[in-house]
Amino acid sequence: MKIKYFDHAATTKLNEDVLKEMLPYLTEEYGNPSSIYSLGRSNKKAIEDAREKVAKVFNADAKEIYFTGSGSESDNTAIKGVAYANRKKGNHIITTKIEHPAVLDTCKSLEKDGFEVTYLNVDSEGLVDLEELKNAITDKTILITIMFANNEIGTIQPIEEIGKIAKQHKIYFHTDAVQAVGNIDIDVNKLNIDLLSLSAHKFYGPKGVGALYVRKTVRFNKFIDGGHQERNKRAGTENVAGIVGLSKAIEMAYEKLDENNRHLKELRDLYISEIEEKIPYVKLNGHREKRLPGNANISFKFIEGESLLLNLDIKGICASSGSACTSGSLDPSHVLLAIGLIHEVAHGSLRVTFGIENTKEDVIELITELEEIVNRLREMSPLYEDFVDGTYTM
Amino acid sequence: MYSKKVMDHYEHPRNVGQIVGADGVGKVGNPVCGDIMKIYLKIKDNVIVDVKFKTFGCGAAIATSSISTELVKGKTIEEALDITNKRVVDELDGLPPAKMHCSVLAEEAIKAAIADYYTKKGMSKEDIDKVCSLKNTVCVHSHDIGQE
Repeated sequence: MKIKYFDHAATTKLNEDVLKEMLPYLTEEYGNPSSIYSLGRSNKKAIEDAREKVAKVFNADAKEIYFTGSGSESDNTAIKGVAYANRKKGNHIITTKIEHPAVLDTCKSLEKDGFEVTYLNVDSEGLVDLEELKNAITDKTILITIMFANNEIGTIQPIEEIGKIAKQHKIYFHTDAVQAVGNIDIDVNKLNIDLLSLSAHKFYGPKGVGALYVRKTVRFNKFIDGGHQERNKRAGTENVAGIVGLSKAIEMAYEKLDENNRHLKELRDLYISEIEEKIPYVKLNGHREKRLPGNANISFKFIEGESLLLNLDIKGICASSGSACTSGSLDPSHVLLAIGLIHEVAHGSLRVTFGIENTKEDVIELITELEEIVNRLREMSPLYEDFVDGTYTM
Repeated sequence: MYSKKVMDHYEHPRNVGQIVGADGVGKVGNPVCGDIMKIYLKIKDNVIVDVKFKTFGCGAAIATSSISTELVKGKTIEEALDITNKRVVDELDGLPPAKMHCSVLAEEAIKAAIADYYTKKGMSKEDIDKVCSLKNTVCVHSHDIGQE
């Protein structure tokens, strides 16, 4: 059975041209970049060329790019690195309730160590309120960390305005841009971003490699002690093949940004409009316009997300749900609850994230399957029965 | 993560639907947890002659409901009350640890339907509690988004 993949926010398929660029560094170019002989030097050069390419995308300087092992590591490094290096200035951090766990859990861990964190609310479409942000700032605030675009509902935050506010108050601004990079044009100077996290496997690059942009003027602590790699900020022999792959993938993503976005938006808008027309009792989660080009998150009322995913899987279709929660917990997705969904509607959410290899035909097939599955699950749902009887409303 | 038996019951659930004029109806779980099971019983001469279910919930919730209806069909009320959540799990060749509560929910749903039958028959609440001892289920889940 041919797999139909609609989960590009989870990960993407490695691009073949990217793989080709990586392969030499997994085979004959096996030198350690820190070694002095030519086999080492060629690896060092590959890393520095990659750094240049990544910097260029963001209108940054190559010295401001650090390679890491993942988007989560970049988030950890940025937040903890800034927090501990600037502790004398203050101990207050501002973030939002809808961040990725890599940011939320890092903030929670800092709270245990004497830092204070404000978790901003978002509105029903997932946007932060700039007034609430301004009001949260105190003379102890050292860092604002707000995601560029949300991984679940796709809502894009007013990053430029947030950057302005941070700059006015001389507070560092970090953004987790893991979902945005490869989808949105980002100029760190225009947007006043001081730190930015990204991960290669979200834009057709390899897994296990990320990067962190850090403005030259930002003081931050090193994250891994040891060797002098990454300008003494992140010890450990570099993942050369991964870094080369990341740089090739990001270069390709931005070469074709407009073309790819047009395609993704066409698929996304087709999916959303057809679902809204053909299936009753659905709710689009996130902002209708200010959302990632490939993201569609829709709740199907009266049914539960996992059973929806299993049914899709039987048909070879891959997607995600914010239904049940991290093992051991009782709540569905923290993002869906933060935008005000009641639990049962949050349980029925389906996130579909399109990629460049998806076609219109794929989307039509997905819609057809969904119509049938949603009908079948509603037929066996006691909530739907009660709704039809008029004894239950949502 | 799920056994073949669970997937079979999930893909082809037995006895889905409702019984108009059922002798006993049991509804357990709650939408906050993401699981609701409703079981309908038709009872004749102390024997469960027909059973149907409706479930809002994950794959395990649907599979445990489905197998439970098979287990009670044709059985006496006393035999149905003897069905434990462990029996439900065993019949499905196991459930993932995070989904064990679904089997408890299935046991509860049957008991709640029988309790409803007894209530309609005029049995006192104390006497029903004695035969249908209901536990309180806890919901636990696994999640996909957020870990990627």
